Amino acid sequence: MIVARGLVKAFGSRMVLDRLDFEVPAGSITAFVGPNGSGKTTLNKALLGLVRLDAGRVTINGQPVNGDVATRRQLGYMPQRACFPEQLAGHEVLALLRSIRAAEADYDGRVCNALGLHSFLDKPVRVLSGGQRQRLSAACALVFRPAALLLDEPTAGLDPLSAAVFKNLVREARDRGAAVLVTSHILSEVAELADRVIVLLDGRARFEGSLATLAARDAAGSLEGAVLDLLASSATAPAA
Amino acid sequence: MHPLQTIIAHQWRDLSRNRWILGYTGGFLLITELLLRIGGGGPRMFLSLLNILIAVVPLATGIFATVYWFGAREFNEFLLAQPVARATLFLGLYIGLVAPLAAAVGVGIGLPLLIERALDATTAPLLLGFALAGVGLTAVFASLAVLVCVVLDDRFRSVGAMLLLWAVLTIGWDAFVLLAATTLSDWPLETPLLVATALNPIDIARVSLVLQLDIAAMLGYTGAVFQRAFGGWGGISAAAAILCVWAVAPALLARRAFERRDF
Repeated sequence: MIVARGLVKAFGSRMVLDRLDFEVPAGSITAFVGPNGSGKTTLNKALLGLVRLDAGRVTINGQPVNGDVATRRQLGYMPQRACFPEQLAGHEVLALLRSIRAAEADYDGRVCNALGLHSFLDKPVRVLSGGQRQRLSAACALVFRPAALLLDEPTAGLDPLSAAVFKNLVREARDRGAAVLVTSHILSEVAELADRVIVLLDGRARFEGSLATLAARDAAGSLEGAVLDLLASSATAPAA
Repeated sequence: MHPLQTIIAHQWRDLSRNRWILGYTGGFLLITELLLRIGGGGPRMFLSLLNILIAVVPLATGIFATVYWFGAREFNEFLLAQPVARATLFLGLYIGLVAPLAAAVGVGIGLPLLIERALDATTAPLLLGFALAGVGLTAVFASLAVLVCVVLDDRFRSVGAMLLLWAVLTIGWDAFVLLAATTLSDWPLETPLLVATALNPIDIARVSLVLQLDIAAMLGYTGAVFQRAFGGWGGISAAAAILCVWAVAPALLARRAFERRDF
């Protein structure tokens, strides 16, 4: 379970996270939705311990992410853009992570098979296509069976077949009890994957609940319409 | 395997296959081989090699380290999200950056000398001196580059700052010292001159090697002063210690900034 309480982060005078509270229960997929500049990237970095919060704390299964580094062994992360050392082969990247995480027992080779990595794991990253790099990145996040998954625009750059396989793997992770947090602009993907959604604007959660509740805000029941309506109304009437 | 060893090993694997590093090694191999064939392994060959080492290593290391640091930035952020301490990651990245660059210089200079059997009782200590100077300057300029990268956090400004630093330490500093020595020639400049040399890692490497080449006499009074300060094992140890300080101090400052900053 991921728990965030009172997250505050400002860059100069600009408040990026403003007393943000949320929970991602174990065995669920929660999507973060919001326009550019709403604080999603900073939130991701705060969850990973990459930015120092001005206030508040994030815990994974009760352990703070900024405390013992071993806590991050429970976290799987897939960044928006897959960047690996160009001269290393895919299997060397995975071996590096296996060694750092000391996670031989958790290593799930089926993930690599499912994502079709074996056809290019021996090739250096520099010759891989964008989609292949993204699949390698997905494997890096999923292969160690982490208790919490942080996925930033995960299907961007994946072909439809790989995206479908990936979503199934994420659902499997949820079903075995992982707390999954997805950041995405693609509302159809959110609708397909997430159990809950949090709409973020100006560093605050403007909505937190089920997809059905969010969609009900729009007369036509459209998720996109509901999010647009929510963002428009939030812009004119700031949350308390 | 400890995470530090793992990170160093992965950096080594990545950089040892890097085309730029391979070209850098090849360049030193070619130059040393050419100088050996032209100069025949005498003091003049070593003097030419010294000038190339002093000019190329700081510039190449500083620019490559800066460009590589920013190129690897997103992957390094990804590694920070893994269960590894920031200090460990920084140390691994730093050593993993210095080692292949230093090996390139060592192999590039040492291999032709070994193959051409140009080493004897006189030249073997010289080669050791060149190797130490090459490794020392690589470590110093990699430290400075990493510090600049962590503090400025901008690729173009960092490359610019490294170019400026190289120009100041290679050309500007000597020009300043020469100007001061000429202007203040009536004053006893022995101590300030030694201090000025110790403050510049390139000068300290150059002076240490020149003194081993038996051409210090050509430097006149200055050479005698340097011979007294840096000649013999005590002087070489002092020069090595100063180069160590130049390598370690910026790296420690960079590590401190790396541990505290937001990514």
